[in-house]
Amino acid sequence: MAKIQARNLNLYYGEKHALKDVSLDIMENKITAFIGPSGCGKSTFLKTLNRMNDYVNNVKIEGEILLDDENIYDSRVDTTILRKKVGMVFQQPNPFPMSIYDNVAYGPRIHGIKNKKELDVIVEKSLKAAALYDEVADRLHSSALGLSGGQQQRLCIARCLAVEPEVILLDEPTSALDPISTLKIEELLMELKNKYTIAIVTHNMQQASRIADYTAFFLVGEMVEYGKTKDIFSLPQDKRTEDYITGRFG
Amino acid sequence: MNNSIYEKKSRVIDNVVHVLIQLSTFISVSLLVVIIGYICYRGIPHFSFDYLIQTTSILKNTVGILPNIINTIYIIVVTLVIACPIGIGGAIYLNEYATNKKFVNIISFTTEVLAGIPSIIYGLFGMLFFGGVLKLEYSILTGSLTLAIMILPIISRNAQVALQAVPKSYREAALGMGSTKWYMIRSVLLPSAIPGILTGVILAMGRIVAESAALLFTAGSLSVLPKSLFGHLFSSGGTLTIQLYLEMAKAHYEQAFVIAFILILIILLLNFIAKWISNQFDVNKRG
Repeated sequence: MAKIQARNLNLYYGEKHALKDVSLDIMENKITAFIGPSGCGKSTFLKTLNRMNDYVNNVKIEGEILLDDENIYDSRVDTTILRKKVGMVFQQPNPFPMSIYDNVAYGPRIHGIKNKKELDVIVEKSLKAAALYDEVADRLHSSALGLSGGQQQRLCIARCLAVEPEVILLDEPTSALDPISTLKIEELLMELKNKYTIAIVTHNMQQASRIADYTAFFLVGEMVEYGKTKDIFSLPQDKRTEDYITGRFG
Repeated sequence: MNNSIYEKKSRVIDNVVHVLIQLSTFISVSLLVVIIGYICYRGIPHFSFDYLIQTTSILKNTVGILPNIINTIYIIVVTLVIACPIGIGGAIYLNEYATNKKFVNIISFTTEVLAGIPSIIYGLFGMLFFGGVLKLEYSILTGSLTLAIMILPIISRNAQVALQAVPKSYREAALGMGSTKWYMIRSVLLPSAIPGILTGVILAMGRIVAESAALLFTAGSLSVLPKSLFGHLFSSGGTLTIQLYLEMAKAHYEQAFVIAFILILIILLLNFIAKWISNQFDVNKRG
């Protein structure tokens, strides 16, 4: 079942036509990967899915993005509720300069949970879901900035899970991490897809082929090809996709 | 090509520059040490605890600067209460809400010009506008309002720089989780920017303590104890610096040095307090 449907999405940065008529469905409880060379629009597309492009000057968006059949660009949309449903993890681990506990509790607090006991439960549950709890259980109240890069990124995932989203967007979440931390995050995502719908932007084609159920290939603002990951990687329909995944450019 | 790496060249310019740079550091530090040392040397022998806790009175035949100490602290507090919300609020607006870049640039330019105006001009304006037009006359409130305008650029400029230094990724993370703009500002931006904002506040306090020209004709120079907490706002009151000026004018150099000594102590104290507050906000130092 499609959780998110993009319909003829066009995005302009001023004069620049950054996304050209993109239409694709993101399936529920699956991992969808967006691949393509730098500047192809894959991150831009990801950001349109929870309206993080709202904060960029001079952006114009046409077309629709439906989340459970509701257009997220409708003027009635409350972005706070939208982003509670569609969470985001960024390329650089970006924990706040607060304690580990406060980082995870940040989202629930936005959405009005003040009760200490309730927060304790959420923090523990989220850290466990992000496979980080055992490593930080004894120092929940020390600074999150003391964690390693991989731990910080899992903390950001925990922080994202704490608001109980339905969709998780990840923008090259492992590109700043070492291989072992990367592996941990990949394993984590494979587990999380049972509960969440996941969309991930990645530079790493092996990563896409390892974890994604569906893959979309972007090139200069166009979505060239989209399908089951194994089809894209074994039988690409478009010459450009083939050239990219076989390493002839990019 | 057959130079050995052991043949050390002597590089004259490098050595000369090195010495000159060291010399400049030495001069600036030693000037400070000499001035503070001289003030202590001249001030401490005449320092007495009574001088701190007494009022100057011809009837009781006492001299003291207690009213001036109280006035100084009072003016600092009132001025900051007026200027901080406006300065920091303005900085938040310019940095986080204003979208018109041209407008922001005009405001920033105006702020910088304001910061460069000689303080006596603020004094003139304060005396005529707050004192005359608003009929506050010679009063601590007139003085504080005048000083508030004077320190506004310092507070707002520093707050702006501090807010700009907060990484964009913090904003993205907060907004990406559905935080509203104000919640993000209050929960992430301000705590991260507090040390920088406080730097501005400390500088501003320094300006307040040091000010004489802008206060002489606004807050005046009266040296009496306050009769009530809020009533004192409307009474004239001279700060330590004003008193220092008056003592110098009368060639009472001993008293002047004692006051100078106390002023330095107050400045040191304010700096320690500000440092302490800023550490309280820094989660990374709590370990």
